Amino acid sequence: MKSLLKINNLSTHFHTEAGPIKAVNDVSFRIGEGETVCIVGESGCGKSITAMSVMGLVEGPNGRVVNGQILFDGKDLLQIGKEELRRIRGNDISIIFQEPMSSLNPVITIGKQIMEPLMLHQRLNKKQAYARTIELIELVGIPRAEQIASSYPHELSGGMLQRIMIAIAISCGPKLLIADEPTTALDVTIQAQVLETLRQIKEQSKMSMMLITHDLGVVAEMADYVIVMYAGKIVEQGGVVELFEHPKHPYTRGLLKSKPVIGQRLEQLYSIPGQVPNPLELVESCYFHDRCESCLPVCHTRQPQLKKSGDGQQVACWLYEEEAQYE
Amino acid sequence: MRTYLLRRCLYMIMILLGASMLIFFLYSLTPGDYVDNNMNLSEQRKAELREIHGLDRPIIERYINWMANIFKGDFGYSLAQQRSVIDLFQDYIWNSFLLAVVATFFTWFFAVVIGVLTAYKQYSLFDTLVMIGIFAAMSIPSFFIGLFLIKVFAVDLKLLPPGGMITTGSRAVGWEYIKDVLHHMLLPVAVMVMLGVGSLTRYFRSNMLDVIKQDYVRTARAKGLKERSVLFRHALKNAMLPAITLVGFELPGLFGGSIIIEKIFNWPGIGQLYMQSFTVRDYPLLMGFTMFIAILTVIGTLISDILYHTSDPRVRL
Repeated sequence: MKSLLKINNLSTHFHTEAGPIKAVNDVSFRIGEGETVCIVGESGCGKSITAMSVMGLVEGPNGRVVNGQILFDGKDLLQIGKEELRRIRGNDISIIFQEPMSSLNPVITIGKQIMEPLMLHQRLNKKQAYARTIELIELVGIPRAEQIASSYPHELSGGMLQRIMIAIAISCGPKLLIADEPTTALDVTIQAQVLETLRQIKEQSKMSMMLITHDLGVVAEMADYVIVMYAGKIVEQGGVVELFEHPKHPYTRGLLKSKPVIGQRLEQLYSIPGQVPNPLELVESCYFHDRCESCLPVCHTRQPQLKKSGDGQQVACWLYEEEAQYE
Repeated sequence: MRTYLLRRCLYMIMILLGASMLIFFLYSLTPGDYVDNNMNLSEQRKAELREIHGLDRPIIERYINWMANIFKGDFGYSLAQQRSVIDLFQDYIWNSFLLAVVATFFTWFFAVVIGVLTAYKQYSLFDTLVMIGIFAAMSIPSFFIGLFLIKVFAVDLKLLPPGGMITTGSRAVGWEYIKDVLHHMLLPVAVMVMLGVGSLTRYFRSNMLDVIKQDYVRTARAKGLKERSVLFRHALKNAMLPAITLVGFELPGLFGGSIIIEKIFNWPGIGQLYMQSFTVRDYPLLMGFTMFIAILTVIGTLISDILYHTSDPRVRL
């Protein structure tokens, strides 16, 4: 499969008074054309910052991509000018955020907000943009499109707003859609509908998708390829079937174990003990060692590298490194 | 909306009724009146004058008379100027309005632009310099800036007139007259803008800082919009909403005149007249003017409520 997005050694740091926070730490992965890649992990492990780095939208005066390459269609997004990057945003790469309620401008009508990128990137005139807007609203499964186009965000429900966000994101026919926890803020019943909409659109348009989530149910449903992140680093990646059937990294195993299974009666759900480490206190070690069930002495002092292990899967864990056994 | 307006008008009438009582009774219960001011009058003459002006009647009767006249559009008769208060307003208020409306326009214009830019470039060198400048302008009293500018531009450089509204003895009409007035306006307007722009800039800067952090601004950027549309279409629209309250308060300010500025620049505005009337206890004029400002304030708040409704779709009346 041809690569659409190739990220090499991406590092995004936030500079604070207490020292740099390595939100994304030497991360490399690729997304093929038409492929859906899921990034999973707990809150604060760098998933969203990875997405924002791709968009060139790392916020705040302190956040900065310090190293790496983001090759999109062969172009390094970190090297091209601001203006060129702006033309790619919303056009070739677009994003859906977690909070649909606050992600739309409260004083501008829905229709105008969908029309904006159409008029800017596709150079449609007002009439054409409006016609396309109506089509898009219907495409994401909202009836009475005209009425919706003239209403304001506060008049719609969260699920509808997220569909509108999807409509905006797909309006210019992007090659890559980044969905940053698109269903986290929604009701469970709405979640399935929104995911279904996303999947249908993806199938029709053959675009690639980077789906960020902490919901393994969503991963199983949508992903072709899964990347597991922990404390700013990739700890394991692989095809969705292999990864679910043979999880290698103790963290991945823990995540899969803590997923509730229908029909299984348990007194208490499993949870991985401990907390995500404070990013300021990280030292050379496996960042997961203090929560790991099968921690080795070497885990305390050296960081494992992401290495191929078995059929296309990659894992960063000393358990799978032969040299570790001799130390 | 209609029931809201109806109810609102009812409240306005009640508020104005209360305001009129306060204004009338506070002024008329203050010991002394215009007649007392003249030391040369005999007691008998004073009593005669009081009878002519109706000052000897019971206070309730005087209040009812006053109110009845106001409903007819008559705000009373100035004893010091020997003219009706409404006529005096016509002469002086428009002069004050001219200064205020130009100054307010520029104050808001600069405040919005500078506020947006400083918020966008928070903690940059530009932001720091502007903040220093703003605090400097805010902390220097208006009479000092005014006199200082007169000294520099009028006395030393002789570029601008030191005061007045037209050149003394000028009989210019039409375009020449407008040019003359504009020439005289420059300094007072500059001082008013300098004094007003500081706090308003800080207000817009902090509103803008709040808005820039909002998710919808991030969405606007993610859509690939130009930075200019992100700031001025998406962010500023939201940052302006709280400022609508201020618009209502600007209305009485437009007509109220400025006592200090008009005094320094010898501008024939209502502020100066107001000050003069105080020194001679010209109560009809003072009461009329205060009542006029009260009416404008109430109308101003009504206007800002309606503006809220039209500019923020979330507000229901």
